[in-house]
Amino acid sequence: MSPHPASENSGIWKLIFGRLDWSSLPLHEPIVVGTFVMVALGGAVVLGLITKYRLWGMLWRDWFTTVDHKRIGIMYMVLGLIMFLRGFADAIMMRLQQAMAFNGSEGYLNSHHYDQIFTAHGVIMIFFVAMPMITGIMNYIVPLQIGARDVSFPFLNNFSFWMTTAGAIIVMMSLFVGEFARTGWLAYPPLSGIAYSPGVGVDYYIWGLQIAGIGTLLSGVNLIATIVKMRAPGMTMMKLPIFTWTSLCANILIVAAFPVLTAVLALLSLDRYVGTAFFTNDMGGNPMMYVNLIWIWGHPEVYILILPLFGVFSEVTSTFSSKRLFGYSSMVYATIVIALLSYLVWLHHFFTMGSGASVNSFFGITTMVISIPTGAKLFNWLFTMYRGRIRYELPMMWTVAFMLTFTVGGMTGVLLAVPPADFVLHNSLFLIAHFHNVIIGGVLFGLFAAINYWWPKAFGFRLETTWGKRSFWLWVVGFWVAFMPLYVLGLMGVTRRMRVFDDPSLQIWFQIAALGAVMIAGGIACMLIQFAVSIKNRDQLRDTTGDPWDGRTLEWATSSPPPDYNFAFTPVIHDGDAWADMKKRGYERPLTGYAPIHMPSNTGTGIIIAGLSVAFSVGMIWYMWWLAGLSFVAILAVAIGHTFNYKRDFTIPKDVVERTEGERSALLATQG
Amino acid sequence: MSAHDHGHDHDHGSGSHGTMGSYMIGFGLSVLLTAIPFWLVMNQTFANPQVTAFVIMGFAMVQIIVHMIYFLHMNTRSEGGWSMMALLFTLVLVVITLSGSMWVMYHLNNNMMPHMEHDMSQMP
Repeated sequence: MSPHPASENSGIWKLIFGRLDWSSLPLHEPIVVGTFVMVALGGAVVLGLITKYRLWGMLWRDWFTTVDHKRIGIMYMVLGLIMFLRGFADAIMMRLQQAMAFNGSEGYLNSHHYDQIFTAHGVIMIFFVAMPMITGIMNYIVPLQIGARDVSFPFLNNFSFWMTTAGAIIVMMSLFVGEFARTGWLAYPPLSGIAYSPGVGVDYYIWGLQIAGIGTLLSGVNLIATIVKMRAPGMTMMKLPIFTWTSLCANILIVAAFPVLTAVLALLSLDRYVGTAFFTNDMGGNPMMYVNLIWIWGHPEVYILILPLFGVFSEVTSTFSSKRLFGYSSMVYATIVIALLSYLVWLHHFFTMGSGASVNSFFGITTMVISIPTGAKLFNWLFTMYRGRIRYELPMMWTVAFMLTFTVGGMTGVLLAVPPADFVLHNSLFLIAHFHNVIIGGVLFGLFAAINYWWPKAFGFRLETTWGKRSFWLWVVGFWVAFMPLYVLGLMGVTRRMRVFDDPSLQIWFQIAALGAVMIAGGIACMLIQFAVSIKNRDQLRDTTGDPWDGRTLEWATSSPPPDYNFAFTPVIHDGDAWADMKKRGYERPLTGYAPIHMPSNTGTGIIIAGLSVAFSVGMIWYMWWLAGLSFVAILAVAIGHTFNYKRDFTIPKDVVERTEGERSALLATQG
Repeated sequence: MSAHDHGHDHDHGSGSHGTMGSYMIGFGLSVLLTAIPFWLVMNQTFANPQVTAFVIMGFAMVQIIVHMIYFLHMNTRSEGGWSMMALLFTLVLVVITLSGSMWVMYHLNNNMMPHMEHDMSQMP
């Protein structure tokens, strides 16, 4: 908010609170106030219940300070789910606004609020829904699939999670204190420069992403090291489960791409804070360089999102067709080629900026080329299903829905890769429909497949199917109803991010899209009910075998949920689908000869540094320099202090391992 | 948990850590490669500052290689070849990013800023 010349806004007040004053609170926005009241009440109830049932100690010991990759994975999923609800609330508000704002109606959102909503929707869905969820799945599954006891750097893992959460907290704070960016999800300058966005919105954006980016980058490093260094003996690279392969490529992309985002946001912050002129209109700055750089990060980013899910679909297809994956090595090479090519297509996001024919045709062709390995993957899945004994459980249903939906999204993508077509469709709702088509149809459907597939592994009971199927049909049909009208509107030339419309003939399409959004809301509700019903009926849905789907990879070799140490004995690998191979060869679980197991200890350093990072960011956003300085010093002090913490590991004694494994034996015996 | 829990971890060859001598060579080279650019700027050896800039960039590149060899102990065999592969991948990406950006920005400037002053001077 622009500073008001109030008397309190000077002198000592300014020294302490920077540009924060009473006018920063959005009290004049009834929708925000209502949301705040709801969130505050809900939060108070949750906190009250935690206190009433004395769960704080348990939460701190077993969850917040944990270094167990499985618990951290689950926390990532919870974070992603909570943020998903926020991101979806933004989406349905936009749909409602656009369905209403015709024939002179202004709708119910003013432009200041509406612009924040579409920015927040994009930022939250990519950075705080899709990213935490894929990181969560990778965190949980990758060490299990390679027969490891944890990731390479367990403390780093905890720290990464809390930094991601800190970023999410910073973005959420902007809803109630100040404002969020009104620039669109990539905050292009000059609009995001200090001249056109003098408020705190873009600063919330920058610091939210920078803090979360640290977490993402470190978790990328961690998972690469884990996959390269901690595979079970005998697991050569070409015997890696395909999900682990796609995770490896996605994390390599993270490590290579995220520093570009960090750098470009740092340059933008310099422009905003100290008056440099990297991306300004005058003084020799060049806003186009920002667009260029941010897409050098941005395009690999979309492959970071989709690659792990390609791995999920491969695992699901192979498991539920009861067949080895068709064309394993072509799948691996397709993944590697996609990872490399994803660095050669970034300009297709700004064909219209005027690079000319040679540049545009180069990037148009690379964009079309990248669809070839993706197409190869699709054929591999189809050939895996061909003559397979297909079981249409929920994960498989999501996978088939993905194949149908994603293919359409991919084809509209190739259409947009043709520069002359892009000149017509750039920034239109056709583009919006295209990327929702691939992100919902690919990333989200993949996450739902993954959740349904690995839930029994994580919690020891299956998800219930009736509500799961309701959710599935509402989601899939809802998606088509919500986004096909946008393709039509895009072809008619309607641009994105519009708040009101003049042409009344367009209204019907927006109303159909809004109906689709409502169906999706139903799908989300059914999914939450599915979780609740499953937890309630967990005893009937119990998975005692550890292998409810007749799985093929190592994570199904251990119990559900796995013990803290994952595997009492590190398995030895002879074949690609390690667990299917072990079952075929009549593998007998060893029942004696356990040894004590060396494990990492919990630590609170991660959550403390992340908390201090939030304080630092608040200081930077509101110009409370004392707070930023103090918390920065504190971050350094805690980080250095942590290096003197020598109680980093402990040993699970032999008798505990024996007891745990004995319980599993008893459980397995009940199966007969 | 560290990797030494796994019996198959044998990437730490004996030659991967430097000796006092190799560290001193690395240190000497780094100092030299830092001092020369300083001297070039302080002494204004080249009349054209652009030449100075490019020469400094050249020294910086050599400096990077010195650090990688003497301080990071990178060679084609370290970490079972993974370091080399990571390095090559990084180089490919850096080349793509830099050359691509320069190509793109050059074209953007050419097409979007068609020598305005010049054109304006031709106006009646």
